[in-house]
Amino acid sequence: MSENPAGHAREDYALEQRLGTLLRGGVILSAGVTLLGGIMYLAAHGLAPANYHTFAGEPAALRTVGGVFAGVARGDGASIIQLGVLLLIATPVARVFISVIGFARERDWMYVGCSLIVLALLTYSLAHGG
Amino acid sequence: MHVLTFTLLTLAGALLAGLVGALTGLGGGVVLVPLLTLGLGVDIRYAIGASLVCVIATSSGAAAAFVKEGFTNIRVGMFLEIATTVGALLGTVVAVFVSSSALAVIFGIVLLFSAAQSMRPRVEHITVTEPGTLGDRLRLASTYPHNGELVSYGVEHVPAGFAMMFAAGILSALLGIGSGVVKVLAMDRAMHLPYKVSTTTSNFMIGVTAAASAGVYLHRGYIDPVLVMPVVLGVLAGATIGARLLARVHVKPLRMLFTVIMVALAIEMLYQGLTKRI
Repeated sequence: MSENPAGHAREDYALEQRLGTLLRGGVILSAGVTLLGGIMYLAAHGLAPANYHTFAGEPAALRTVGGVFAGVARGDGASIIQLGVLLLIATPVARVFISVIGFARERDWMYVGCSLIVLALLTYSLAHGG
Repeated sequence: MHVLTFTLLTLAGALLAGLVGALTGLGGGVVLVPLLTLGLGVDIRYAIGASLVCVIATSSGAAAAFVKEGFTNIRVGMFLEIATTVGALLGTVVAVFVSSSALAVIFGIVLLFSAAQSMRPRVEHITVTEPGTLGDRLRLASTYPHNGELVSYGVEHVPAGFAMMFAAGILSALLGIGSGVVKVLAMDRAMHLPYKVSTTTSNFMIGVTAAASAGVYLHRGYIDPVLVMPVVLGVLAGATIGARLLARVHVKPLRMLFTVIMVALAIEMLYQGLTKRI
């Protein structure tokens, strides 16, 4: 592989800056959505009894991406919080996706491969739930 | 208890965990599950789900700064994430066969181990990659800023580090933690990366590792939005305040105190697990 170490480092630097901005943006966005959903939920159900002592599992609508979006469309607070959770889970996934593009720009195919493997595993987890 | 009261209590606890986690650099994740289960009587599966989501939030938030400053080795992170994500997915499969009591016992052991690690003195490694080794072929050597200049470093024992990362992934999924202690151990002690590179790259990897199992747990119904909301917002607020206070606080006594708390929580988790109260 023909390499220009200085050019390589400069492109890595650009990738690092992009990744940093993406991570910060993802966290701020999801925290905002979570807060909004939380306020809406508490306004509607704040005085209901809390029970987390026994595990019942979440209702089906809060377990899938489609179900969460349907709930958000209805203006359901719990679904909006769950959308915040989905955005948070998506943040590292997006980070890996940006890495694939960044390494491809550097023509660093070994790391394009590594990133793609991780991306495939994450996609599998989110889509099929293991 | 009303949802509102419960939410405020959880928010306060999570804020404290995030604050102390950021100040001591030990991460708040490892105390969140005991806090929720022992303190607030939350079922351990809900606690693990909420804790995983928090771990993604705090690690992504902190990684944003570290990666821009050039401490994080994104190649080491990306390569080792293969091991942590495979481990995490395996961990979610194992979790099905492990009882809540057994989880509490494993958690207690990991807490004790984390407390012991936090007391060990730090040794700064700067090594050179041997030609022909896996670290050389993967081009893992890099530079990091140290005292105002860029210092070059190499890497050793990549297969050992990879194996430890696999274990870190399993533990992360099983217990809902970032497994930062095991990740740092793999990079610092096994692969001989500089300490600052190890901790920041560990933090960088934690989000991806936790996301792998969080996806599965979401489908299994472990992630309760109403519980997650105060936990995530509390921990994020605490970690942000902690990062601001860091320059003005004596970290050493705080680390000692946090270590004592970890040991106490470990003993309680072991007791509750062994007597089948959890």
